[in-house]
Amino acid sequence: MLKKIKIHQGVNLNIDGEAEKIIVDLPRSRTYAVKPDDFFTIVPKLLVKEGDKVKNGTPLFFSKKNPRINFVSPVSGIVTSIVRGPKRKILEIIITDDKKNDSVFFETTSHEKLTLDEIKELILKSGFWPFIKQRPYDIISSPEDTPKSIFISCFSTVPLAVDYDFLLKNDKEDFQLGVNILKRFTSGDIFLGLDSAFNGFFKDIENVKKISVDGPHPSGNVGIQIHKIDPINYGDKVWTLNPEDVSNLGVFFRTGKFSSKRTIALVGNSVKKRKYYKTTIGTSISKILEFSGFDFNKNNRIINGDLLSGITSGPDSYLGYYNNLLSVLDEGNSHRFMGWIPFVDNHILSLSRTSLSWLFSKKKHSVNSNMNGEERAIVVTGEMEKVFPMDIYPMELIKACLNEDIEKMEALGIYEVAPEDFGLIDYASTSKIEAQEIIKSGIELMINEVG
Amino acid sequence: MKMNSLRRLIDNLKKPFAKGEKLEKFAPAINAFDTLLFVPNHTTKSGSHIRDAVDLKRTMVTVIIALIPALIYGIYNTGYQYYYQLGESFTFMDAFIHGAWKVVPMIAVSYIVGLTIEFGFAVYRGHEVNEGYLVTGLLIPMIMPVDIPLWMVAISVAFSVFVAKEAFGGTGMNILNPALTARAFAFFAYPTYMSGNKVWVSEASNVDSISGETILGSLAAGDQISYSTFDMFFGSIPGSIAETSASWVLLGGLLLVLTGVGSWRIIVGGFLGGALMAIIFNLWGANELMSFNWLNHLLAGGFAFGIIFMATDPVSAAQTSKGKWIYGILVGIFCIMIRVFNPAYPEGVMLAILLMNVFAPTIDHFVIENNINKRKKRWVLAQVKS
Repeated sequence: MLKKIKIHQGVNLNIDGEAEKIIVDLPRSRTYAVKPDDFFTIVPKLLVKEGDKVKNGTPLFFSKKNPRINFVSPVSGIVTSIVRGPKRKILEIIITDDKKNDSVFFETTSHEKLTLDEIKELILKSGFWPFIKQRPYDIISSPEDTPKSIFISCFSTVPLAVDYDFLLKNDKEDFQLGVNILKRFTSGDIFLGLDSAFNGFFKDIENVKKISVDGPHPSGNVGIQIHKIDPINYGDKVWTLNPEDVSNLGVFFRTGKFSSKRTIALVGNSVKKRKYYKTTIGTSISKILEFSGFDFNKNNRIINGDLLSGITSGPDSYLGYYNNLLSVLDEGNSHRFMGWIPFVDNHILSLSRTSLSWLFSKKKHSVNSNMNGEERAIVVTGEMEKVFPMDIYPMELIKACLNEDIEKMEALGIYEVAPEDFGLIDYASTSKIEAQEIIKSGIELMINEVG
Repeated sequence: MKMNSLRRLIDNLKKPFAKGEKLEKFAPAINAFDTLLFVPNHTTKSGSHIRDAVDLKRTMVTVIIALIPALIYGIYNTGYQYYYQLGESFTFMDAFIHGAWKVVPMIAVSYIVGLTIEFGFAVYRGHEVNEGYLVTGLLIPMIMPVDIPLWMVAISVAFSVFVAKEAFGGTGMNILNPALTARAFAFFAYPTYMSGNKVWVSEASNVDSISGETILGSLAAGDQISYSTFDMFFGSIPGSIAETSASWVLLGGLLLVLTGVGSWRIIVGGFLGGALMAIIFNLWGANELMSFNWLNHLLAGGFAFGIIFMATDPVSAAQTSKGKWIYGILVGIFCIMIRVFNPAYPEGVMLAILLMNVFAPTIDHFVIENNINKRKKRWVLAQVKS
């Protein structure tokens, strides 16, 4: 069955620098790392120390709040260093690859005969659980919960987005197997969000309900699809997964080994060899950049994720646990003479008609990290609603978060949103409001106070 | 190259204001001048890595550009009314210079007094200077009678910035439109300079042969008027400095709507509400103001100027889309109602907007409550189902 939804608010930012549709196998990197910061609200409790030998799938740490949730090593090798920040916070667990490719093995072949609890136990032990996220809050789900439905958005609308159909075109069977396993967790449905213009192989996947989504970004965000199809009420849990992780789940049940495969698209017009690279979670970013002929002397910013919601990472950092995009952006730390005059500097992409940039909307724009102004009080109204396709008042919700008014946040729909849904609001804001940060702290407050 | 040396000069000038230096506290003041010359080199630190080219300066400057046609015509009309009523022959330049001689000092006083206070608060509170006053400071003289003494302008400005704006927490927090608050203050504090039949044309109170009566004033007194709809549309009528020309005001309004800076919902709602109310009164027709043609009601006085430039102030208006419609329509309705029922204040637009400013949060409250209830109902329904 195909449900259709149409998204009206939002915009596709026409930015130059998409990846060419060629998948290249990336040579193995010397070191890999897992960064606890990739797991929002998780407090890690270490299981390894420097010098320990680990296999692919060996737990590195678990969640203090829920000790059943393990976080495992994506490669086999030796834990060479545990990098800590202020207050001894763990920043990175660095593993030097021993090239042996040893994996922790689980017996999974007869998974049809296993009970739900046994499957759950396998997923928890193997280290796959962190890939099952939940709404509300866009955090790692709790194994104690039963989701009312599971959503997998199979297309992305972020700037310079990856094409999941292309990325997973050889993994259809694994994807289907992953879906079949997930289906056992819910009495509800698994929904696949599909681009109305192009479904790819996802249209042949069985055991799911398909949603045909038409409209600009953020229509590819899974939160928007949930809001339109099966909105979250107080107490509800909906699970979400990235398409590649569904296929990795399939690989695990086919082989019994934790699959840390990650295919990333390197994007941004300041790199030349923009392609899809087949690699591993936690690969060193400098390895990817070297391979793509990146000029390290240029003043660039490397982003784990997309231009709207990704995390700034230095070239000596490591690939994130979840992202399929590695974006490179020019730093825009230069002054612009009288750039505030309306209708000047029209080369800068703008959604506002105070610029003539809309006349060149067909052109692919170069972008940089300049703020194009300074933070101010919220004055302009109505601009957030134009890029926010939920039946929620975004400015009022942001203000409720700023006031830490839990009752109001709840009433205004905090359970239905994730920071990424506010990416375009950050982008479009006249007053340069950090909406994603505000929503993130709001969600943190909710987790601490309400749970 | 020249630009680089200018940049270096500013960077050197700013050194004593840097963090940890002697003048750090006054950084907002120097920053305000710096950012007027250059968009800063700040890069994104969190959230979205890329940002739109729009900022508050650009938005506010768009409003100023939209005000300029009405301002220039207002300056000309000041001189035109003076010479025309004197019966002297004059050129465009004569009229313009006469007007500029009166209006420019008012603008200067408004900006100097207002910005001084704004800078003071920015330094005191340790935030950057917000650009809102650039618009407010120009609006205040534009909606005053031309002969109001400069010291009254200064006091009205000070009252507005202190009481209407900063007392509520500054830009973005005010309930009332600051420019209208300045006018309302002057209106009630110095009524003889702000109303009556001797203030609306330059020198009317000094020269007997000049009548300073506005259209609405004449109608309120039960007199006939000699101006045509055409005069009202082009603005060759007496009134506050820049409010008289509906055509030039509408041109500015067009820019506001096309750039999206002014809410078209409020503007359309305002004109609809005004027209509706005026048509109803036309049918009733109990006095001169009631039977004043509905189209003329929309063109005369400050109606168009108020709806387009004052009611659309996003901070004091309703903030939700539905709320903007309701707010706009009610501003229009109340404006005509006040005109017709209260002959002591023949122009109702100021009071109508201030009144609706007060009620805008209530309108939004009900719109948002509706959304909240929808969510609650959905939850209850889900409970029942399971």
